[in-house]
Amino acid sequence: MDKIKSLDDLRKMKQAVQSQLNLRERGENSENYVQIKVAMATCGIAAGAREVMNAFLRKIEDDKILAIVTQTGCMGYCHSEPTVEVKKPGEEPIIFGHVDAKKADSIVDKYIKNGELLEGIIPVNYQTIV
Amino acid sequence: MYKMHLLVCGGTGCRATQSKQIEENLRAELKAKGLENDAQVIITGCFGFCEKGPIVKILPDNTFYVGVESEDAAEIVEEHVLKGRRVERLLYTDPENKEHISDSKHMGFYQKQIRIALRNCGFIDPENIDEYIARDGYFALGKVLEMSQTEAIEIMKKSGLRGRGGGGFPTGLKWEIAYNNKADQKYVVCNADEGDPGAFMDRSILEGDPHSIIEAMTICGYCIGASKGLVYIRAEYPLAITRLQIALKQAREYGLIGKNILGRNFDFDIELRYGAGAFVCGEETALIHSMEGLRGEPTVKPPYPAESGYLGKPTNVNNVETFANVPVIFLKGHEWFSSIGTAKSKGTKVFAITGKINNVGLIEVPMGITLREVIYEVGGGIKDGKMFKAVQTGGPSGGCLTEKHLDTPIDYDSLLAVGSMMGSGGMIVMDEDDCMVSIARFYLEFILEESCGKCTPCRIGNKRLHEILKKITEGKGEPADIERLKALGNVIKDTSLCGLGQTAPNPVLSTISNFEDEYLAHVNEKRCPAGQCKALLKYEVDENLCTGCTLCFRNCPVGAITGERRQPHHVNQSLCIKCGVCLEKCKFNAILLT
Repeated sequence: MDKIKSLDDLRKMKQAVQSQLNLRERGENSENYVQIKVAMATCGIAAGAREVMNAFLRKIEDDKILAIVTQTGCMGYCHSEPTVEVKKPGEEPIIFGHVDAKKADSIVDKYIKNGELLEGIIPVNYQTIV
Repeated sequence: MYKMHLLVCGGTGCRATQSKQIEENLRAELKAKGLENDAQVIITGCFGFCEKGPIVKILPDNTFYVGVESEDAAEIVEEHVLKGRRVERLLYTDPENKEHISDSKHMGFYQKQIRIALRNCGFIDPENIDEYIARDGYFALGKVLEMSQTEAIEIMKKSGLRGRGGGGFPTGLKWEIAYNNKADQKYVVCNADEGDPGAFMDRSILEGDPHSIIEAMTICGYCIGASKGLVYIRAEYPLAITRLQIALKQAREYGLIGKNILGRNFDFDIELRYGAGAFVCGEETALIHSMEGLRGEPTVKPPYPAESGYLGKPTNVNNVETFANVPVIFLKGHEWFSSIGTAKSKGTKVFAITGKINNVGLIEVPMGITLREVIYEVGGGIKDGKMFKAVQTGGPSGGCLTEKHLDTPIDYDSLLAVGSMMGSGGMIVMDEDDCMVSIARFYLEFILEESCGKCTPCRIGNKRLHEILKKITEGKGEPADIERLKALGNVIKDTSLCGLGQTAPNPVLSTISNFEDEYLAHVNEKRCPAGQCKALLKYEVDENLCTGCTLCFRNCPVGAITGERRQPHHVNQSLCIKCGVCLEKCKFNAILLT
């Protein structure tokens, strides 16, 4: 291990290790971040939710999006699996159906970055109790 | 890349309730399901909510599992990690509305807390320096090394930080005095000799965030012009010692302590010194003598350690929690720090709350919060719905406060004004079943064992105080005894050599002033209102309720109960040893305790 010889070295070191803790720091303050919830019940997993979750994780890391990706249980939209709920801070959640890795990228590019809506939105018919 | 972090509490408390096994089981379950690259298991320091330990917290979805057992690991992995469903039965249940709460931010225990000294406890892996650096670790040191010594000391003074070991001396001023004393060698000492009964603040900080102490000691070394630091820690804190040793090794490897720190012309390194766990060694002169290999006995101040301390050199001694605040003051600014708290007590204070309270644990609250808020909101109120009777702060040096003091704001001066003290942060809550005379006696027993014996008032005076208290609890007290306790107590306070003796009579004096009627009941009526003093209890049979079942007769270990079958029984008071077996066994509530 190279020694840290200056404040600049320390800054570089911090940048290198920061990603280890991003997940925890964002989780602690989840209300300030975009929350992406991938439904991962049996039907979701069978329809490919795991790949979708990985796609989101890669995309937010590559594009430095301030977001948290979590998994939830069955949301009840079995007809449209894999389903993903995206909630931007201070906005109502939006649910996307039939998401695959490609669609995950465009959700990030279009909706999360620019607020554009995409096809395949499922009307929300439930309330979340925190 | 990990999608999920499973934080498992690795504090001493949760370790004692098998958190190590939980960790191993979680790892094994993750491996079995092929998820070891998806979810990372991290051992952290104490979360504080020891009452409900062991704690497992899952991020990023912020789920706080309480009372986890090693067998629960499979369900957590299967349900939560794999399927994204919370394990409802492991969530905290709100005691009032009985609802499950998954996010610790919504629990009463955490809502009023501000965590500065405990900022990283329960969040980072204390054995991984990278995680500390990711939380801006060692950046305060970097900042300070770009300032002059006096500039940095000025910031400490403006922050208003006062010693968290109990004395409350302004930390910046202490550093300035040590800085002004010129010498070829100076020392920075961290006092980790935590000795108050029931207190574990310092241990938890060292176990959960050891790098914050190393960084702060290095900052202090730069400010006062010292190149050596020593941590005086009790050998009975093995986990804290191990984590500190790991942290020191890592900091040395990174060059954050050692020669030419961060490329500056400044050297600093830290060594550990082990104490044998003597209470008096928390007193700074006794601590220094113990480190020098001498008897752990205090000496008269002046000279203060800042002039002539370790090996006769200027030495700055600060407590663990005091140091834990230092990096944050430089990172966030003295204005930010001094905006928290009251006019004369800035920042927060960590307390270990124990006793007859629902949420036993480690808390950090802003100065100025009232005792009532701490006991009823953070602490969740008194156990089993009993009545609050007293709260003891300041350990064996402090006092017992009552219902009428509950709205006192917690700060150094307000607590002193009502006859107790801040102390290092032990807080013991008592309910209606606690006898205040026995409590005073318990603290004096502690003092008797821990007094070093050097000065007469402490060695002999406290012994006499204890004898009088013992007499009272055995029902042999006389009215003049209460006056005797007061007079002797005040002499001990005025004439003892060090803080231990000067504060030793406090529990006695404060219980007399707040619970005089209880002392009078013991002395005049030979009665213990709380029913704790064995010698004053009397077990009797209620002849109307006794059915003559002979159960008490058969269970009495000393044959003190007599009586014929189907006839009322009797207790022979001269034989009774007051063990209480008859009361426990009787099915008809026929045994009376008076």
